[in-house]
Amino acid sequence: MDYALQQLLNALAFGAEYSLVALGLAVVFSIMGLVNFAHGEIIGVSAYSVFLAAALGLTSPIVAVLLAIAAAALAAIAFERVAFRPVRYAPTTTGLLTAFGVSIVVQNLFMLLISPKPQSVSILNGLNQMWFFGPFAVSSLQVMELVVSGLTILALVLFLNRSTLGLAIRAASRDFATVRLMGIRANRVIATAFAISGALAGIAAVFIIARRGSVSPDLGFSLVLKAFVACVIGGFGSLPGAAVGGMLLGFIEVGLLVALPQEYGGFKDALTYVIIVALLVYRPEGLLGQRVELGDKEI
Amino acid sequence: MLRVENLSVRYGAVAAVRDLSLSVGQGELVALLGPNGAGKSSTINALTGLVAPSAGRIVLDGQDISRVRTEDRIRAGLTSTPEGRHIFANLTVGENLRLGAATRRDARGVRQDIERFLALFPVLSERYAQAAGTLSGGEQQMLAIARSLMSRPKLLLLDEPSLGLAPKIVVRIFDFIGQLKAEGLTLLVVEQNARQALRFADRVYVMSSGALRFDGLPSGLADEHGLLNLYIGG
Repeated sequence: MDYALQQLLNALAFGAEYSLVALGLAVVFSIMGLVNFAHGEIIGVSAYSVFLAAALGLTSPIVAVLLAIAAAALAAIAFERVAFRPVRYAPTTTGLLTAFGVSIVVQNLFMLLISPKPQSVSILNGLNQMWFFGPFAVSSLQVMELVVSGLTILALVLFLNRSTLGLAIRAASRDFATVRLMGIRANRVIATAFAISGALAGIAAVFIIARRGSVSPDLGFSLVLKAFVACVIGGFGSLPGAAVGGMLLGFIEVGLLVALPQEYGGFKDALTYVIIVALLVYRPEGLLGQRVELGDKEI
Repeated sequence: MLRVENLSVRYGAVAAVRDLSLSVGQGELVALLGPNGAGKSSTINALTGLVAPSAGRIVLDGQDISRVRTEDRIRAGLTSTPEGRHIFANLTVGENLRLGAATRRDARGVRQDIERFLALFPVLSERYAQAAGTLSGGEQQMLAIARSLMSRPKLLLLDEPSLGLAPKIVVRIFDFIGQLKAEGLTLLVVEQNARQALRFADRVYVMSSGALRFDGLPSGLADEHGLLNLYIGG
């Protein structure tokens, strides 16, 4: 029982983290058609900001958490302003290459200015404790990941459904020109989407630092690949799809880890992708994506 | 109110609009007619700033807005209901109307306007919380016009309001357009359906192949053969 509960919590916590990062990718993709592979470096900027602040004497974990989120949101806005705005109307491949370029430049800046080696950051270690509920021992970090991700997604849903800017973001995901015809500034809509995407990455960065106790130049990259996969499973550009895809990916990974005998554990990733390929054969547009027929014109 | 001087729009080597000049006076309903591909929608898109003209000036209320961004032209009081309606299909009817008023800060006035349009179009009221994509074509057109009016424009550009609609619905849409004119709104209506567009028009322009062919009173077009000749460039 304890084991089953622990694995369920594992799956939920991994899934929640994938969902957060996948939502960050999806909110930008849905309005700009840009797969932001520099999203991992937004997580990186956030993590290194906490590292630098701690090195300069910051001791309050609460301030560190706020700093992580603010730094990520600002980094996302800065990436958009400097790198993505000039190529906004270029073909999508240009945007994709720009994102890879930003990713490589920022990773190398971490290496040159700080160090290629992982650096220890202990300021958020307090988040990662064991909590005891009667006979059960659970990781406080995993519980927090689940609760915070849930609340964040709820806040995002409220924002997208209640505020004018949120409505504009949803509308822009289908028809950006007409959103401009409403007198809503395109730059503001896009900057807001990037800020949301960055804040989500910042929250993920807090959990990564708390779990690993260290930062390294490539710490966001593998997570963004996972988030990309989560988006594909859920249907690229669909926000509910990104959340569901992230959760599902968490469950597939942990499920395989539990189901596979120890000596076959190395096949976990391979089998994960087999399952995803099978899923995509069945539903090429993803679980919640919209099927777009070639030649369809939305009137 | 609106003056267009020597406007040209090019897409690469293709000239969609050539040296077009027209004007719309305060309180007028001006019809811009022409066959498919005449350059009517390109003209509208140049007026709203969604495409950049290759030459010419657009003057709104004495201000040259040729270099002003789309968003700021809307804020200056010029709004367009685009061809094909372009309602936000994934948003509810109510959310569409709210976005139409995105530039306004008077929450009470916005609510009153929404209630006015819901009373005017009861079907929008019934479907208020439903996705706008579930509306019929005619209902979507009414929503699209209402959404444009939510910004309280001085000048409304209507691009093909009859497109793809049943004749009975088209008559109702133009009844509403006539009512808007009676209320004092200035309108430029782009149409292929000449008969409906001319019902309330004060003046009419006819375009074909990117250039102006006729400029005058609707009575000057009364002879349908005359219009046909203009359409086919005879």
